[in-house]
Amino acid sequence: MYAYDELDRTLINERVEEFRDQVKRRLSGELTEDEFKMLRLQNGVYLQLHAYMFRIAIPYGTLSSEQLRRLAHVARRYDRGYGHFTTRQNIQFNWIKLAELPDALGDLAEVGIHAMQTSGNNTRNVTSDQWAGVAPGEIEDPRIWSELIRQYTTLHPEFSFLPRKFKFAITASPHDRAAIKIHDIGLRLHRNAEGETGFEVLVGGGLGRTPFIGKTIKPFVHGRDLLSYVEAILRVYNQYGRRDNIYKARIKILVHELGIDKFAKEVEDEWQEMRDSDTALTLDDAMIEDIRSRFTYPAYEKLPHTPEELKKAAHDPLFERWRKNSVSTHKVQGYAIVTLSLKPVGGPPGDATADQMDALADLADKYSFGEIRVGHEQNLALPHVAKRDLPALWNALDKIGLATPNVNLVSDIIACPGLDYCSLANARSIPIAQELTRRFANHETADLIGRLHINISGCINACGHHHVGHIGILGVEKNGEEFYQITIGGRADENAELGALIGPAVPYGEVADVVEDIVEAYLALRARPDELFVDTVKRLGVEPFRERVYATR
Amino acid sequence: MTSPLEQKKIKITGPSVVTANRTWDGIVIYRTARQDWSAKLSDAAIVRTSDEARALLAESVADDVGAVGAYIAPVEIKESGKIKPGNLREHIRLQGVTIDLPVPA
Ligand code: SF4
Repeated sequence: MYAYDELDRTLINERVEEFRDQVKRRLSGELTEDEFKMLRLQNGVYLQLHAYMFRIAIPYGTLSSEQLRRLAHVARRYDRGYGHFTTRQNIQFNWIKLAELPDALGDLAEVGIHAMQTSGNNTRNVTSDQWAGVAPGEIEDPRIWSELIRQYTTLHPEFSFLPRKFKFAITASPHDRAAIKIHDIGLRLHRNAEGETGFEVLVGGGLGRTPFIGKTIKPFVHGRDLLSYVEAILRVYNQYGRRDNIYKARIKILVHELGIDKFAKEVEDEWQEMRDSDTALTLDDAMIEDIRSRFTYPAYEKLPHTPEELKKAAHDPLFERWRKNSVSTHKVQGYAIVTLSLKPVGGPPGDATADQMDALADLADKYSFGEIRVGHEQNLALPHVAKRDLPALWNALDKIGLATPNVNLVSDIIACPGLDYCSLANARSIPIAQELTRRFANHETADLIGRLHINISGCINACGHHHVGHIGILGVEKNGEEFYQITIGGRADENAELGALIGPAVPYGEVADVVEDIVEAYLALRARPDELFVDTVKRLGVEPFRERVYATR
Repeated sequence: MTSPLEQKKIKITGPSVVTANRTWDGIVIYRTARQDWSAKLSDAAIVRTSDEARALLAESVADDVGAVGAYIAPVEIKESGKIKPGNLREHIRLQGVTIDLPVPA
């Protein structure tokens, strides 16, 4: 966990009082909606179809049990008893009243939660690997650097009015769980030949209307230079990024139009000049150490690799199925990382009820040193579970509906809120996801299919990351009806790629059939049982899948 | 459903209403003929020409304290006289989400 200092707490509290006053003035008519809109957006308040939506940041996906309990409290007291975890380590409440928002924000501030950087043309919530600090093989905890960037960019005037929103993601593991290649800036922590820690810097990734995979502009930036280098990128973006056309305003378009080499040179020139004239942004060891020391880690015990409890429980096939699916190796022997699927059969992806949040907070206290993680796949994790506790934890999770053994399988669907909630949507996402989870409810079949990510977005803004789904589903409108374009072969990891369209859009009622056809085609076409769906598509291309889907349509 | 939030030119092709969200709590509301708002579609003022729509929208937008984001939305008038939303988006705004909520109301 990260411990906020006095400055953080003062900032968050001041912000609540400022917003309370702004809401009061809005409701009295002193502020018009035009004047107020920017202010509410700066506090994560959007207007959706049915109500205001309140988006709260969970920096680098780390939550304490106390914070999770407070989210449950907000869900229960100010909303309709649940929250929705997004693809950017945020949580959204969908039914909140403007008049009550300052109180909700105040309740959250007491436990160090805020909604800054969840909207507007500024640097957004800095996301990271949800296994940060516990993943085996990690170079260093990437949250230290995420926090440095968070502190530096939050409310920084130079980054508060960028041409468009700006998203960072950081990973420190060889396997990218943070989807860094689809962010405006992606940072991969690694060591150079001299053993120093630094970053590969990728720029210009992003989805939406014009999707791009991020490109490397510098293979190694020393950790001490991270802020100055990031500042150089943002300065170049601030100077050249387009402000005349919202569809061309993201940095990915600038990188594309200038070309990666020219963009990299602009950044390098800016950086060199900055470094010569201003050393204030060079991080000294003490500064980094100060942040590092604020991340506390549990006092792990020395535990056996395979405790008796685990051996005994291995006879229960249901437990074993869950363990194989949802339990991952921890960097400390005798401990495990447990992923909690928020994708129950027939449920809306990423939603958790207040009761589940409270119960999970208690389980985190009992079994995970009071810590919970939030991943971009819209699932949660308990990062420090002693393996001997796994059987008891599984039983408890099962009782609260958080032990669905479908992590990374076909029913672990990422979906945006779509037309059920979102005012920008063309079509619904959630009912499509629900139908697919029912079609693939059989765990044997899902295991047979293996790793397969389905991503659904209700419009081209791509909040459900459909471009990088192994199967991507995008809602479009045709003559007032909901239709869906389907892509295959996308991926969001270290080998990120954009999916390719398989053919004309299909109507709402046919989407689940089409996905079933695609999966059946894959099962027939794969070279071996362990050839993943996405690898079969890479090997064979789209054509055999297109044939299968459209032969009878 | 193309988002109506960017309505530039006002041209309607059938019966329409003006809808918005209520400022203090965000709920869906409709402009009535009494220059007021109601949460019931049946209370909405129906406009049938672009000029009428323009006038109703102008009057609605002028109430900046009471409502947010007013726009014109199509409706269908059934033979019985009942007013129905003219598209799926408006149907969802009126009836609520098309899925079961995680916590029943
Ligand atoms: S992808 Fe579109 S429909 Fe889905 S949440 Fe984002 S803006 Fe709304």
